[in-house]
Amino acid sequence: MNDRGKFFGLLMGVTFSVFLMTMMMSMFSGIISRASATIDNVGAKVWVLDPAVNNLQGGIPLPDYVLDYAKSLNGVAHAEPIYFGSALAKLHNGTYQAISVIGLDDSTLFGRPALIEGKIEDLFAENGFIVVKDAEFEKLGNPKIGSEFELNDFRVKIVGIADAKQSGLFGIPTLYTTYKRAITYIPTTRFRLSYVLIEPKADSEIPMIKAQIKKLGYEALTREEFIAKVSAFYKFKTGLGINIFLMTVISFIVGLSIAGQTFYTFIVENMEKFGALKAIGAKKRQLVLMVTTQATLTCILGYGLGVGLASSSIFIARANMPDYAARVIFFNLGLSFLLVLIIAAFSSFIGIRKVLKIQPFEIFRG
Amino acid sequence: MKKVAIAGLHIDKWFGENENKTYAVRDVNFEAFFGELLFIVGPSGSGKTTLLSILSGILKPDRGQVLVDNTDIWQWSQDALAEFRLNRIGFVFQDYHLFPKLTAAENVAIPLILKNKDWDEAIASAKEYLDIVGLKNKSELSPSKLSGGEQQRVAIARAMVSRPEILIFDEPTASLDGETGKRIIEFVKNEILSEHTCIIIVTHDNRIYSYADGIMHMEDGKIQRMEKSYAQ
Repeated sequence: MNDRGKFFGLLMGVTFSVFLMTMMMSMFSGIISRASATIDNVGAKVWVLDPAVNNLQGGIPLPDYVLDYAKSLNGVAHAEPIYFGSALAKLHNGTYQAISVIGLDDSTLFGRPALIEGKIEDLFAENGFIVVKDAEFEKLGNPKIGSEFELNDFRVKIVGIADAKQSGLFGIPTLYTTYKRAITYIPTTRFRLSYVLIEPKADSEIPMIKAQIKKLGYEALTREEFIAKVSAFYKFKTGLGINIFLMTVISFIVGLSIAGQTFYTFIVENMEKFGALKAIGAKKRQLVLMVTTQATLTCILGYGLGVGLASSSIFIARANMPDYAARVIFFNLGLSFLLVLIIAAFSSFIGIRKVLKIQPFEIFRG
Repeated sequence: MKKVAIAGLHIDKWFGENENKTYAVRDVNFEAFFGELLFIVGPSGSGKTTLLSILSGILKPDRGQVLVDNTDIWQWSQDALAEFRLNRIGFVFQDYHLFPKLTAAENVAIPLILKNKDWDEAIASAKEYLDIVGLKNKSELSPSKLSGGEQQRVAIARAMVSRPEILIFDEPTASLDGETGKRIIEFVKNEILSEHTCIIIVTHDNRIYSYADGIMHMEDGKIQRMEKSYAQ
Protein backbone atom coordinates (compact mmCIF):
# COMPACT_ATOMS: atom_id res chain seq x y z
CA MET A 1 0.00 0.00 0.00
CA ASN A 2 3.01 2.21 0.04
CA ASP A 3 1.89 3.65 3.39
CA ARG A 4 2.58 1.69 6.54
CA GLY A 5 0.37 3.86 8.77
CA LYS A 6 -2.70 3.43 6.59
CA PHE A 7 -2.03 -0.25 6.15
CA PHE A 8 -2.01 -0.78 9.90
CA GLY A 9 -5.05 1.47 10.31
CA LEU A 10 -6.94 -0.58 7.74
CA LEU A 11 -5.71 -3.85 9.21
CA MET A 12 -6.76 -2.84 12.72
CA GLY A 13 -10.17 -1.71 11.47
CA VAL A 14 -10.84 -5.01 9.71
CA THR A 15 -9.42 -7.02 12.61
CA PHE A 16 -11.62 -5.20 15.13
CA SER A 17 -14.67 -5.62 12.93
CA VAL A 18 -14.04 -9.36 12.41
CA PHE A 19 -13.36 -9.76 16.13
CA LEU A 20 -16.71 -8.17 16.99
CA MET A 21 -18.64 -10.05 14.30
CA THR A 22 -17.11 -13.39 15.30
CA MET A 23 -17.73 -12.74 19.00
CA MET A 24 -21.36 -11.81 18.37
CA MET A 25 -22.05 -14.83 16.18
CA SER A 26 -20.17 -17.14 18.54
CA MET A 27 -22.16 -15.90 21.52
CA PHE A 28 -25.38 -16.34 19.61
CA SER A 29 -24.37 -19.78 18.48
CA GLY A 30 -23.39 -20.73 22.04
CA ILE A 31 -26.67 -19.46 23.47
CA ILE A 32 -28.77 -21.23 20.84
CA SER A 33 -26.82 -24.42 21.36
CA ARG A 34 -27.29 -24.29 25.14
CA ALA A 35 -30.99 -23.53 24.79
CA SER A 36 -31.49 -27.01 23.39
CA ALA A 37 -28.72 -28.72 25.37
CA THR A 38 -31.16 -30.88 27.36
CA ILE A 39 -32.83 -32.21 24.20
CA ASP A 40 -29.41 -33.32 23.06
CA ASN A 41 -28.47 -34.70 26.47
CA VAL A 42 -31.66 -36.75 26.82
CA GLY A 43 -31.05 -38.19 23.38
CA ALA A 44 -34.56 -39.47 22.49
CA LYS A 45 -35.23 -39.81 18.76
CA VAL A 46 -38.79 -38.47 18.83
CA TRP A 47 -40.44 -36.04 21.25
CA VAL A 48 -44.19 -35.60 21.64
CA LEU A 49 -45.29 -32.17 22.77
CA ASP A 50 -48.10 -29.65 22.67
CA PRO A 51 -47.85 -27.71 19.38
CA ALA A 52 -47.78 -24.45 21.37
CA VAL A 53 -44.49 -25.39 23.06
CA ASN A 54 -41.61 -23.40 21.64
CA ASN A 55 -38.86 -23.98 24.17
CA LEU A 56 -37.99 -26.85 26.43
CA GLN A 57 -38.57 -25.04 29.71
CA GLY A 58 -41.92 -23.71 28.55
CA GLY A 59 -43.43 -27.20 28.26
CA ILE A 60 -47.22 -27.52 28.43
CA PRO A 61 -48.11 -30.64 30.45
CA LEU A 62 -49.76 -33.42 28.47
CA PRO A 63 -52.61 -35.66 29.62
CA ASP A 64 -51.56 -39.24 30.36
CA TYR A 65 -53.59 -40.63 27.46
CA VAL A 66 -51.03 -39.16 25.06
CA LEU A 67 -48.47 -41.53 26.55
CA ASP A 68 -50.86 -44.47 26.25
CA TYR A 69 -51.70 -43.51 22.68
CA ALA A 70 -48.02 -43.24 21.74
CA LYS A 71 -47.33 -46.66 23.28
CA SER A 72 -50.14 -48.15 21.22
CA LEU A 73 -48.78 -47.03 17.85
CA ASN A 74 -47.45 -49.77 15.58
CA GLY A 75 -44.13 -48.19 14.65
CA VAL A 76 -43.19 -47.39 18.26
CA ALA A 77 -40.66 -49.64 19.99
CA HIS A 78 -41.34 -47.97 23.30
CA ALA A 79 -42.63 -44.64 24.59
CA GLU A 80 -41.77 -43.19 27.98
CA PRO A 81 -42.76 -40.15 30.00
CA ILE A 82 -40.36 -37.45 31.03
CA TYR A 83 -40.86 -34.64 33.48
CA PHE A 84 -39.14 -31.24 33.45
CA GLY A 85 -39.52 -28.98 36.43
CA SER A 86 -37.69 -26.45 38.49
CA ALA A 87 -37.41 -25.92 42.22
CA LEU A 88 -35.30 -24.35 44.93
CA ALA A 89 -32.74 -26.44 46.72
CA LYS A 90 -31.67 -25.52 50.24
CA LEU A 91 -27.99 -26.26 50.58
CA HIS A 92 -26.08 -27.24 53.70
CA ASN A 93 -24.80 -23.71 54.21
CA GLY A 94 -28.39 -22.45 54.33
CA THR A 95 -28.40 -20.80 50.93
CA TYR A 96 -31.00 -21.52 48.25
CA GLN A 97 -30.16 -22.49 44.71
CA ALA A 98 -32.55 -22.78 41.81
CA ILE A 99 -32.32 -26.19 40.16
CA SER A 100 -33.74 -27.96 37.16
CA VAL A 101 -35.17 -31.43 37.80
CA ILE A 102 -35.67 -34.08 35.14
CA GLY A 103 -37.85 -37.06 36.03
CA LEU A 104 -37.14 -40.26 34.07
CA ASP A 105 -39.55 -43.14 33.58
CA ASP A 106 -39.36 -45.32 36.71
CA SER A 107 -39.08 -48.62 34.93
CA THR A 108 -36.79 -47.84 31.99
CA LEU A 109 -34.99 -44.62 33.03
CA PHE A 110 -35.20 -43.73 29.32
CA GLY A 111 -33.23 -40.57 28.57
CA ARG A 112 -30.79 -41.19 31.41
CA PRO A 113 -27.42 -39.51 31.26
CA ALA A 114 -24.02 -41.21 31.09
CA LEU A 115 -22.58 -41.52 34.58
CA ILE A 116 -19.09 -40.50 35.60
CA GLU A 117 -19.54 -41.80 39.13
CA GLY A 118 -22.10 -44.04 40.81
CA LYS A 119 -24.53 -46.66 39.53
CA ILE A 120 -27.75 -45.89 37.66
CA GLU A 121 -29.77 -48.40 39.71
CA ASP A 122 -29.03 -46.36 42.84
CA LEU A 123 -31.51 -43.85 41.47
CA PHE A 124 -34.20 -46.19 42.80
CA ALA A 125 -32.79 -45.83 46.32
CA GLU A 126 -34.62 -43.57 48.72
CA ASN A 127 -34.27 -39.86 47.83
CA GLY A 128 -31.85 -40.79 45.04
CA PHE A 129 -30.82 -38.07 42.62
CA ILE A 130 -28.10 -37.81 40.00
CA VAL A 131 -26.39 -34.47 39.56
CA VAL A 132 -25.03 -33.35 36.19
CA LYS A 133 -21.40 -32.25 36.28
CA ASP A 134 -21.68 -29.27 33.98
CA ALA A 135 -20.68 -25.62 34.28
CA GLU A 136 -23.29 -25.13 37.04
CA PHE A 137 -22.21 -28.09 39.15
CA GLU A 138 -20.24 -26.01 41.64
CA LYS A 139 -23.35 -23.97 42.47
CA LEU A 140 -24.49 -26.97 44.53
CA GLY A 141 -21.21 -26.86 46.46
CA ASN A 142 -19.45 -29.45 44.28
CA PRO A 143 -21.53 -32.36 45.63
CA LYS A 144 -20.09 -35.86 45.90
CA ILE A 145 -21.87 -39.23 46.06
CA GLY A 146 -23.63 -39.21 49.40
CA SER A 147 -24.01 -35.41 49.55
CA GLU A 148 -27.40 -34.27 50.75
CA PHE A 149 -29.54 -31.16 50.57
CA GLU A 150 -33.22 -30.23 50.78
CA LEU A 151 -35.79 -29.81 48.01
CA ASN A 152 -39.22 -28.58 49.12
CA ASP A 153 -38.54 -30.08 52.55
CA PHE A 154 -37.69 -33.42 50.97
CA ARG A 155 -34.25 -34.86 51.38
CA VAL A 156 -32.13 -35.20 48.25
CA LYS A 157 -29.27 -37.65 48.26
CA ILE A 158 -26.74 -37.67 45.44
CA VAL A 159 -26.24 -41.23 44.18
CA GLY A 160 -24.46 -40.51 40.95
CA ILE A 161 -22.62 -37.85 38.99
CA ALA A 162 -23.46 -37.59 35.31
CA ASP A 163 -21.68 -36.22 32.31
CA ALA A 164 -23.40 -33.73 30.01
CA LYS A 165 -22.62 -32.99 26.38
CA GLN A 166 -23.12 -29.34 27.19
CA SER A 167 -24.50 -27.05 29.88
CA GLY A 168 -27.92 -25.47 29.81
CA LEU A 169 -28.75 -21.88 29.02
CA PHE A 170 -30.12 -20.62 32.31
CA GLY A 171 -27.16 -21.17 34.58
CA ILE A 172 -28.83 -23.55 37.02
CA PRO A 173 -27.69 -27.05 38.02
CA THR A 174 -29.58 -30.08 36.69
CA LEU A 175 -30.66 -33.12 38.71
CA TYR A 176 -32.10 -36.37 37.44
CA THR A 177 -34.43 -38.57 39.41
CA THR A 178 -37.31 -40.93 38.76
CA TYR A 179 -40.53 -39.62 37.26
CA LYS A 180 -42.63 -40.48 40.31
CA ARG A 181 -40.19 -38.91 42.75
CA ALA A 182 -39.97 -35.76 40.63
CA ILE A 183 -43.72 -35.21 40.59
CA THR A 184 -43.88 -36.00 44.29
CA TYR A 185 -41.16 -33.55 45.31
CA ILE A 186 -42.19 -30.71 43.02
CA PRO A 187 -45.67 -29.17 43.00
CA THR A 188 -47.36 -29.77 39.66
CA THR A 189 -50.45 -28.81 37.68
CA ARG A 190 -53.34 -31.18 36.83
CA PHE A 191 -51.32 -32.79 34.05
CA ARG A 192 -47.76 -33.66 34.95
CA LEU A 193 -46.33 -35.27 31.86
CA SER A 194 -43.95 -32.75 30.25
CA TYR A 195 -43.09 -34.75 27.13
CA VAL A 196 -43.39 -38.25 25.76
CA LEU A 197 -40.16 -39.72 24.46
CA ILE A 198 -40.52 -42.23 21.65
CA GLU A 199 -38.05 -44.77 20.34
CA PRO A 200 -39.35 -45.87 16.91
CA LYS A 201 -38.88 -49.42 15.68
CA ALA A 202 -37.12 -47.93 12.64
CA ASP A 203 -36.41 -44.42 11.40
CA SER A 204 -38.75 -45.11 8.48
CA GLU A 205 -41.62 -45.29 10.99
CA ILE A 206 -41.13 -41.69 12.12
CA PRO A 207 -43.38 -40.06 9.46
CA MET A 208 -46.19 -42.43 10.34
CA ILE A 209 -45.73 -41.76 14.08
CA LYS A 210 -45.78 -38.00 13.42
CA ALA A 211 -48.98 -38.32 11.40
CA GLN A 212 -50.71 -40.42 14.06
CA ILE A 213 -49.72 -38.04 16.88
CA LYS A 214 -50.94 -35.11 14.81
CA LYS A 215 -54.37 -36.73 14.56
CA LEU A 216 -54.54 -36.49 18.35
CA GLY A 217 -53.87 -32.75 18.22
CA TYR A 218 -50.28 -32.99 19.39
CA GLU A 219 -46.94 -32.77 17.66
CA ALA A 220 -44.18 -35.37 17.30
CA LEU A 221 -40.79 -33.94 16.43
CA THR A 222 -37.48 -35.61 15.81
CA ARG A 223 -34.64 -34.47 18.05
CA GLU A 224 -33.27 -32.27 15.24
CA GLU A 225 -36.69 -30.74 14.55
CA PHE A 226 -37.23 -29.97 18.22
CA ILE A 227 -33.77 -28.35 18.45
CA ALA A 228 -34.59 -26.32 15.33
CA LYS A 229 -37.93 -25.24 16.84
CA VAL A 230 -36.25 -24.11 20.07
CA SER A 231 -33.54 -22.30 18.07
CA ALA A 232 -36.18 -20.56 15.97
CA PHE A 233 -37.93 -19.42 19.13
CA TYR A 234 -34.79 -17.80 20.52
CA LYS A 235 -33.85 -16.36 17.15
CA PHE A 236 -37.16 -14.88 16.14
CA LYS A 237 -39.45 -14.69 19.15
CA THR A 238 -37.13 -13.23 21.75
CA GLY A 239 -35.03 -10.06 21.51
CA LEU A 240 -31.91 -12.18 21.51
CA GLY A 241 -31.73 -12.88 17.79
CA ILE A 242 -32.48 -9.35 16.63
CA ASN A 243 -30.13 -7.76 19.19
CA ILE A 244 -27.21 -9.94 18.26
CA PHE A 245 -28.05 -9.54 14.59
CA LEU A 246 -28.00 -5.75 15.04
CA MET A 247 -24.69 -5.89 16.89
CA THR A 248 -23.24 -8.01 14.10
CA VAL A 249 -24.53 -5.57 11.50
CA ILE A 250 -23.05 -2.64 13.46
CA SER A 251 -19.69 -4.43 13.67
CA PHE A 252 -19.88 -5.04 9.94
CA ILE A 253 -20.68 -1.39 9.26
CA VAL A 254 -17.80 -0.29 11.51
CA GLY A 255 -15.43 -2.51 9.52
CA LEU A 256 -16.92 -1.39 6.24
CA SER A 257 -16.59 2.28 7.18
CA ILE A 258 -13.04 2.06 8.49
CA ALA A 259 -11.83 -0.08 5.60
CA GLY A 260 -13.70 1.94 2.97
CA GLN A 261 -12.62 5.32 4.35
CA THR A 262 -8.96 4.31 4.85
CA PHE A 263 -8.73 2.69 1.45
CA TYR A 264 -10.38 5.65 -0.24
CA THR A 265 -7.96 8.07 1.46
CA PHE A 266 -5.07 5.88 0.38
CA ILE A 267 -6.28 5.96 -3.22
CA VAL A 268 -6.82 9.73 -3.19
CA GLU A 269 -3.36 10.32 -1.72
CA ASN A 270 -1.77 8.12 -4.37
CA MET A 271 -3.76 9.38 -7.33
CA GLU A 272 -0.69 10.66 -9.12
CA LYS A 273 1.03 7.27 -8.73
CA PHE A 274 -1.93 5.51 -10.30
CA GLY A 275 -2.00 8.23 -12.96
CA ALA A 276 1.67 7.60 -13.69
CA LEU A 277 1.03 3.86 -13.97
CA LYS A 278 -1.86 4.55 -16.34
CA ALA A 279 0.33 6.85 -18.44
CA ILE A 280 3.14 4.28 -18.53
CA GLY A 281 0.70 1.74 -19.94
CA ALA A 282 -1.05 -0.07 -17.10
CA LYS A 283 -4.33 -1.47 -18.39
CA LYS A 284 -7.62 -1.08 -16.55
CA ARG A 285 -7.67 -4.72 -15.52
CA GLN A 286 -4.15 -4.45 -14.11
CA LEU A 287 -5.13 -1.45 -11.99
CA VAL A 288 -8.32 -3.20 -10.89
CA LEU A 289 -6.30 -6.29 -9.95
CA MET A 290 -3.77 -4.15 -8.10
CA VAL A 291 -6.42 -2.38 -6.00
CA THR A 292 -8.47 -5.54 -5.43
CA THR A 293 -5.43 -7.55 -4.39
CA GLN A 294 -4.36 -4.93 -1.86
CA ALA A 295 -7.84 -4.65 -0.36
CA THR A 296 -8.44 -8.41 -0.33
CA LEU A 297 -5.07 -9.33 1.17
CA THR A 298 -5.46 -6.73 3.90
CA CYS A 299 -8.99 -7.92 4.65
CA ILE A 300 -7.98 -11.58 4.71
CA LEU A 301 -5.07 -10.76 7.02
CA GLY A 302 -7.49 -8.80 9.21
CA TYR A 303 -9.88 -11.75 9.11
CA GLY A 304 -7.17 -14.11 10.33
CA LEU A 305 -6.17 -11.75 13.13
CA GLY A 306 -9.79 -11.05 14.09
CA VAL A 307 -10.77 -14.73 14.19
CA GLY A 308 -7.58 -15.56 16.10
CA LEU A 309 -8.29 -12.82 18.62
CA ALA A 310 -11.94 -13.87 19.02
CA SER A 311 -11.05 -17.57 19.39
CA SER A 312 -8.35 -16.77 21.96
CA SER A 313 -10.74 -14.54 23.90
CA ILE A 314 -13.42 -17.24 23.92
CA PHE A 315 -10.90 -19.89 24.92
CA ILE A 316 -9.62 -17.77 27.83
CA ALA A 317 -13.14 -16.78 28.87
CA ARG A 318 -14.35 -20.40 28.87
CA ALA A 319 -11.33 -21.50 30.87
CA ASN A 320 -12.13 -18.93 33.54
CA MET A 321 -15.93 -18.72 33.32
CA PRO A 322 -17.61 -22.10 32.82
CA ASP A 323 -20.96 -20.38 32.17
CA TYR A 324 -19.58 -18.52 29.16
CA ALA A 325 -21.74 -19.66 26.29
CA ALA A 326 -19.84 -18.54 23.17
CA ARG A 327 -18.59 -21.17 20.76
CA VAL A 328 -16.78 -20.81 17.45
CA ILE A 329 -18.26 -22.95 14.69
CA PHE A 330 -17.37 -23.26 11.03
CA PHE A 331 -20.62 -21.64 9.92
CA ASN A 332 -19.77 -18.50 11.91
CA LEU A 333 -16.24 -18.45 10.54
CA GLY A 334 -17.64 -18.82 7.03
CA LEU A 335 -20.15 -16.04 7.57
CA SER A 336 -17.45 -13.72 8.99
CA PHE A 337 -15.29 -14.54 5.97
CA LEU A 338 -18.16 -13.73 3.63
CA LEU A 339 -18.73 -10.39 5.40
CA VAL A 340 -15.01 -9.63 5.22
CA LEU A 341 -15.05 -10.36 1.50
CA ILE A 342 -17.93 -7.88 1.19
CA ILE A 343 -15.81 -5.30 3.06
CA ALA A 344 -12.92 -6.04 0.67
CA ALA A 345 -15.22 -5.81 -2.35
CA PHE A 346 -16.71 -2.52 -1.14
CA SER A 347 -13.29 -1.02 -0.40
CA SER A 348 -11.99 -2.20 -3.76
CA PHE A 349 -15.06 -0.84 -5.52
CA ILE A 350 -14.72 2.71 -4.20
CA GLY A 351 -10.97 2.57 -4.81
CA ILE A 352 -11.37 1.22 -8.34
CA ARG A 353 -13.98 3.84 -9.23
CA LYS A 354 -11.55 6.56 -8.26
CA VAL A 355 -8.54 4.94 -9.95
CA LEU A 356 -10.37 4.37 -13.22
CA LYS A 357 -11.48 8.00 -13.30
CA ILE A 358 -7.93 9.31 -12.94
CA GLN A 359 -6.85 11.16 -16.05
CA PRO A 360 -3.15 10.49 -16.62
CA PHE A 361 -3.18 13.76 -18.53
CA GLU A 362 -3.31 15.49 -15.14
CA ILE A 363 0.09 14.21 -14.09
CA PHE A 364 1.77 16.02 -16.99
CA ARG A 365 0.70 19.23 -15.34
CA GLY A 366 3.02 18.39 -12.43
CA MET B 1 15.93 10.16 -45.68
CA LYS B 2 14.78 9.87 -42.07
CA LYS B 3 11.76 7.76 -41.19
CA VAL B 4 8.77 9.38 -39.52
CA ALA B 5 8.34 8.18 -35.93
CA ILE B 6 5.12 10.04 -35.12
CA ALA B 7 3.09 12.67 -36.91
CA GLY B 8 0.20 14.95 -36.06
CA LEU B 9 -2.39 15.89 -38.69
CA HIS B 10 -4.73 18.84 -38.11
CA ILE B 11 -4.97 18.21 -34.41
CA ASP B 12 -7.56 20.24 -32.53
CA LYS B 13 -8.34 20.00 -28.85
CA TRP B 14 -10.76 22.25 -27.08
CA PHE B 15 -12.31 22.45 -23.65
CA GLY B 16 -15.82 23.73 -22.86
CA GLU B 17 -18.70 24.22 -25.27
CA ASN B 18 -20.29 27.10 -27.21
CA GLU B 19 -19.25 30.49 -25.84
CA ASN B 20 -17.00 28.80 -23.23
CA LYS B 21 -15.14 26.82 -25.88
CA THR B 22 -11.39 27.34 -25.56
CA TYR B 23 -8.85 25.81 -27.93
CA ALA B 24 -5.87 24.22 -26.18
CA VAL B 25 -4.43 22.92 -29.46
CA ARG B 26 -5.45 24.23 -32.87
CA ASP B 27 -4.68 22.73 -36.26
CA VAL B 28 -1.32 21.28 -35.31
CA ASN B 29 0.58 19.53 -38.11
CA PHE B 30 4.05 18.16 -37.62
CA GLU B 31 6.32 15.17 -38.08
CA ALA B 32 8.96 13.82 -35.69
CA PHE B 33 11.64 11.53 -37.08
CA PHE B 34 13.70 8.66 -35.77
CA GLY B 35 17.11 9.93 -34.68
CA GLU B 36 15.64 13.35 -33.95
CA LEU B 37 15.64 15.29 -30.69
CA LEU B 38 12.57 17.47 -31.04
CA PHE B 39 11.79 20.22 -28.56
CA ILE B 40 8.29 21.58 -28.12
CA VAL B 41 8.69 25.01 -26.59
CA GLY B 42 6.48 27.89 -25.68
CA PRO B 43 5.10 29.86 -22.76
CA SER B 44 2.84 28.35 -20.11
CA GLY B 45 -0.64 27.69 -21.49
CA SER B 46 0.56 27.45 -25.07
CA GLY B 47 -0.72 23.86 -25.41
CA LYS B 48 2.57 21.94 -25.14
CA THR B 49 1.40 19.54 -22.44
CA THR B 50 -1.96 19.00 -24.10
CA LEU B 51 -0.24 18.18 -27.38
CA LEU B 52 2.13 15.82 -25.57
CA SER B 53 -0.83 14.02 -23.98
CA ILE B 54 -2.54 13.70 -27.36
CA LEU B 55 0.59 12.35 -29.04
CA SER B 56 1.15 9.77 -26.33
CA GLY B 57 -2.36 8.33 -26.48
CA ILE B 58 -3.52 9.76 -23.17
CA LEU B 59 -5.85 12.60 -24.18
CA LYS B 60 -8.16 12.17 -27.15
CA PRO B 61 -8.11 15.03 -29.66
CA ASP B 62 -11.44 16.53 -30.75
CA ARG B 63 -10.27 16.56 -34.33
CA GLY B 64 -7.29 15.32 -36.33
CA GLN B 65 -5.05 12.29 -36.28
CA VAL B 66 -1.90 11.05 -34.60
CA LEU B 67 -0.11 8.74 -37.00
CA VAL B 68 2.28 5.99 -36.01
CA ASP B 69 3.21 3.53 -38.77
CA ASN B 70 0.65 5.39 -40.90
CA THR B 71 -2.13 4.40 -38.52
CA ASP B 72 -4.18 6.81 -36.47
CA ILE B 73 -3.61 5.70 -32.88
CA TRP B 74 -6.91 7.26 -31.83
CA GLN B 75 -8.76 4.59 -33.79
CA TRP B 76 -7.40 2.02 -31.35
CA SER B 77 -9.14 0.66 -28.26
CA GLN B 78 -8.16 1.83 -24.76
CA ASP B 79 -6.28 -1.42 -24.19
CA ALA B 80 -4.43 -1.05 -27.48
CA LEU B 81 -3.50 2.52 -26.53
CA ALA B 82 -2.23 1.29 -23.15
CA GLU B 83 -0.23 -1.38 -24.97
CA PHE B 84 1.13 1.32 -27.31
CA ARG B 85 2.26 3.45 -24.36
CA LEU B 86 3.78 0.47 -22.60
CA ASN B 87 5.72 -0.86 -25.57
CA ARG B 88 6.47 2.06 -27.84
CA ILE B 89 6.54 5.15 -25.67
CA GLY B 90 8.72 5.98 -22.71
CA PHE B 91 7.72 8.80 -20.37
CA VAL B 92 9.90 10.94 -18.17
CA PHE B 93 7.55 13.04 -16.10
CA GLN B 94 8.37 16.48 -14.81
CA ASP B 95 8.09 15.31 -11.18
CA TYR B 96 9.53 11.88 -12.06
CA HIS B 97 6.64 10.12 -10.23
CA LEU B 98 8.91 7.51 -8.73
CA PHE B 99 7.40 5.21 -6.09
CA PRO B 100 8.97 6.18 -2.77
CA LYS B 101 8.74 2.76 -1.11
CA LEU B 102 10.34 0.94 -4.04
CA THR B 103 14.06 0.80 -4.73
CA ALA B 104 15.52 2.47 -7.81
CA ALA B 105 15.71 -0.93 -9.54
CA GLU B 106 12.09 -1.76 -8.66
CA ASN B 107 10.95 1.63 -9.97
CA VAL B 108 12.76 1.02 -13.24
CA ALA B 109 11.28 -2.48 -13.50
CA ILE B 110 7.66 -1.24 -13.36
CA PRO B 111 7.03 -1.23 -17.16
CA LEU B 112 8.41 -4.78 -17.39
CA ILE B 113 6.24 -5.93 -14.48
CA LEU B 114 3.24 -4.40 -16.27
CA LYS B 115 4.28 -6.49 -19.27
CA ASN B 116 4.06 -9.57 -17.01
CA LYS B 117 7.81 -10.20 -17.12
CA ASP B 118 9.22 -12.45 -14.42
CA TRP B 119 10.20 -10.36 -11.36
CA ASP B 120 13.86 -11.46 -11.25
CA GLU B 121 14.30 -10.91 -14.99
CA ALA B 122 12.67 -7.50 -14.71
CA ILE B 123 14.97 -6.46 -11.86
CA ALA B 124 18.02 -7.73 -13.78
CA SER B 125 17.01 -5.67 -16.85
CA ALA B 126 16.29 -2.67 -14.63
CA LYS B 127 19.81 -2.90 -13.19
CA GLU B 128 21.28 -2.97 -16.70
CA TYR B 129 19.49 0.28 -17.52
CA LEU B 130 20.51 1.84 -14.22
CA ASP B 131 24.06 0.98 -15.25
CA ILE B 132 23.49 2.79 -18.57
CA VAL B 133 22.34 5.93 -16.75
CA GLY B 134 25.29 5.68 -14.35
CA LEU B 135 23.47 4.50 -11.26
CA LYS B 136 24.71 0.93 -11.09
CA ASN B 137 25.67 1.22 -7.42
CA LYS B 138 22.45 2.88 -6.36
CA SER B 139 19.96 0.31 -7.60
CA GLU B 140 18.94 -0.72 -4.07
CA LEU B 141 18.38 2.80 -2.79
CA SER B 142 14.96 4.34 -2.47
CA PRO B 143 14.28 7.56 -4.44
CA SER B 144 14.44 9.67 -1.28
CA LYS B 145 18.11 8.71 -0.92
CA LEU B 146 18.91 10.02 -4.41
CA SER B 147 19.60 13.57 -5.58
CA GLY B 148 17.26 15.34 -8.03
CA GLY B 149 19.57 14.53 -10.95
CA GLU B 150 19.80 10.89 -9.91
CA GLN B 151 16.03 10.63 -9.59
CA GLN B 152 15.79 12.06 -13.10
CA ARG B 153 18.15 9.34 -14.31
CA VAL B 154 16.06 6.65 -12.60
CA ALA B 155 13.03 8.06 -14.41
CA ILE B 156 14.98 7.97 -17.69
CA ALA B 157 16.01 4.36 -17.05
CA ARG B 158 12.35 3.51 -16.38
CA ALA B 159 11.35 5.17 -19.67
CA MET B 160 14.04 3.25 -21.56
CA VAL B 161 13.70 -0.19 -19.99
CA SER B 162 11.02 -1.42 -22.38
CA ARG B 163 13.08 -0.13 -25.35
CA PRO B 164 10.48 2.28 -26.71
CA GLU B 165 10.82 4.00 -30.07
CA ILE B 166 9.57 7.32 -28.80
CA LEU B 167 10.75 8.93 -25.59
CA ILE B 168 8.77 11.81 -24.17
CA PHE B 169 10.28 14.16 -21.61
CA ASP B 170 8.07 16.66 -19.84
CA GLU B 171 10.08 19.65 -18.61
CA PRO B 172 13.13 17.51 -17.79
CA THR B 173 15.20 20.39 -16.47
CA ALA B 174 12.49 22.22 -14.54
CA SER B 175 13.41 20.72 -11.16
CA LEU B 176 17.16 20.70 -11.71
CA ASP B 177 19.87 23.33 -11.36
CA GLY B 178 21.34 24.64 -14.61
CA GLU B 179 24.45 22.48 -14.62
CA THR B 180 22.64 19.23 -13.77
CA GLY B 181 19.94 19.99 -16.34
CA LYS B 182 22.58 20.51 -19.00
CA ARG B 183 24.32 17.25 -18.10
CA ILE B 184 21.03 15.36 -18.32
CA ILE B 185 20.25 16.71 -21.79
CA GLU B 186 23.82 15.96 -22.95
CA PHE B 187 23.40 12.46 -21.62
CA VAL B 188 20.07 12.05 -23.40
CA LYS B 189 21.44 13.32 -26.68
CA ASN B 190 24.73 11.40 -26.58
CA GLU B 191 23.73 8.15 -24.89
CA ILE B 192 20.06 7.58 -25.55
CA LEU B 193 19.23 9.12 -28.90
CA SER B 194 19.86 6.68 -31.73
CA GLU B 195 18.63 6.13 -35.25
CA HIS B 196 15.93 3.88 -33.81
CA THR B 197 14.56 6.39 -31.32
CA CYS B 198 12.82 9.71 -31.46
CA ILE B 199 12.93 11.95 -28.42
CA ILE B 200 10.36 14.67 -27.83
CA ILE B 201 11.06 17.13 -25.07
CA VAL B 202 8.61 19.70 -23.80
CA THR B 203 10.47 22.58 -22.22
CA HIS B 204 10.60 26.30 -21.83
CA ASP B 205 14.21 26.24 -20.63
CA ASN B 206 15.99 28.16 -23.42
CA ARG B 207 19.42 27.23 -21.99
CA ILE B 208 19.09 23.78 -23.55
CA TYR B 209 17.64 24.77 -26.97
CA SER B 210 21.06 24.32 -28.54
CA TYR B 211 20.86 20.55 -28.09
CA ALA B 212 17.72 20.21 -30.23
CA ASP B 213 17.58 18.88 -33.78
CA GLY B 214 14.22 20.52 -34.20
CA ILE B 215 12.28 23.10 -32.22
CA MET B 216 8.54 23.49 -32.48
CA HIS B 217 7.45 26.88 -31.11
CA MET B 218 3.89 26.92 -29.82
CA GLU B 219 1.68 29.76 -28.74
CA ASP B 220 -2.08 29.83 -28.08
CA GLY B 221 -2.34 26.18 -29.13
CA LYS B 222 -0.83 26.75 -32.57
CA ILE B 223 2.58 26.07 -34.03
CA GLN B 224 4.10 29.48 -34.56
CA ARG B 225 7.18 28.18 -36.31
CA MET B 226 9.21 25.02 -36.73
CA GLU B 227 13.02 25.12 -36.79
CA LYS B 228 14.96 22.12 -38.06
CA SER B 229 18.73 22.03 -37.80
CA TYR B 230 19.12 19.49 -40.59
CA ALA B 231 17.58 18.66 -43.95
CA GLN B 232 14.95 15.84 -43.86
